[in-house]
Amino acid sequence: MTADVPTYLDGNAAAGALSEVFAVDLTAAIGRCAGCGHTGVFAEVRLYTAAPGLVARCPGCDDVLLRVVTTPSETYLDLRGLTYLRVSNS
Amino acid sequence: MERTAVRRRLTWQAGTVTEIREETATARTIVLDLPDWPGHLAGQHLDVRLTAPDGYRASRSYSIASAWTGSTIELTVEQVPDGEVSPYLVDVLKVGDPLEVRGPVGGWFVWRPDSAGPIQLIGGGSGVVPLMAMLREHAHASSTAPARLLYSVRRPTSVIYAADLKKLAMSDDVDLTFVYTREAPPGEPRVGRVDAELLAAKAFAPTDDLTTYVCGPTPFVEAVADLLVAAGHDPARVRTERFGPTGGPR
Repeated sequence: MTADVPTYLDGNAAAGALSEVFAVDLTAAIGRCAGCGHTGVFAEVRLYTAAPGLVARCPGCDDVLLRVVTTPSETYLDLRGLTYLRVSNS
Repeated sequence: MERTAVRRRLTWQAGTVTEIREETATARTIVLDLPDWPGHLAGQHLDVRLTAPDGYRASRSYSIASAWTGSTIELTVEQVPDGEVSPYLVDVLKVGDPLEVRGPVGGWFVWRPDSAGPIQLIGGGSGVVPLMAMLREHAHASSTAPARLLYSVRRPTSVIYAADLKKLAMSDDVDLTFVYTREAPPGEPRVGRVDAELLAAKAFAPTDDLTTYVCGPTPFVEAVADLLVAAGHDPARVRTERFGPTGGPR
């Protein structure tokens, strides 16, 4: 593995962990990055899984949008980098 | 994703392995009976969780390979070297074993038979798995939406679902192109990658109602998505799913 091979997945891979917390599917939600204002579908964020949890970063500026850490008894959710999430009502 | 009338928190459920099929030297299909499965859309995935005797747990996300027909679901797992979960699923798991899953999940990388317009599917290696679910759904729903699959593999022996794909490609609405990156079958002159020339020759040209689905290792997905956008495709109509740098689903 060299440094120039991307090591990330995308927001699709966080759907399972997020479904434990949210009543709606978040992969199709639109999110806005608090860092650079990039707006896009959550499925397209860069997701790093080789961490104690999941770290979602903005494809525009690489800032942390969201972190999910699951322990045996609880799930921690950190939404620091999102100014909003927009989900469809239907 | 349609909300159901009664939402319950999506959590882990146990299934039973009813059948295992070898697809290639490193990939196998696992058929699971899941009594509590609510059904799924083509392209969705689930998480598989393994628990070691000492309580250590690891979970990975796998695409569902089958269309929902009301009975079992199928996963196809490619062994990742040094993987934590896939070696167990490929080498150890046997018919009759229980398996814990959570799903279905994902509402973006999905194809619904009632959606308008042609579909272009582009898969690299085991990235073909969710695309196969879409083709199976296409057949199951008797959809007449034009569908093309570009399937990039290292060599002929790496092709997953070879027999099934040939059957699906007999439909007038489905067109199949293999791209061999290391070794081509006899009589196939071209060895190479998916490039602008190949996309121009074999993939649908951009139209307002075309939806393109790209799935595979992260570098493959990024390269193909960039080529598509450069060829005039609307980025909003190119849906991607990255399977990680290993070339196997994670």
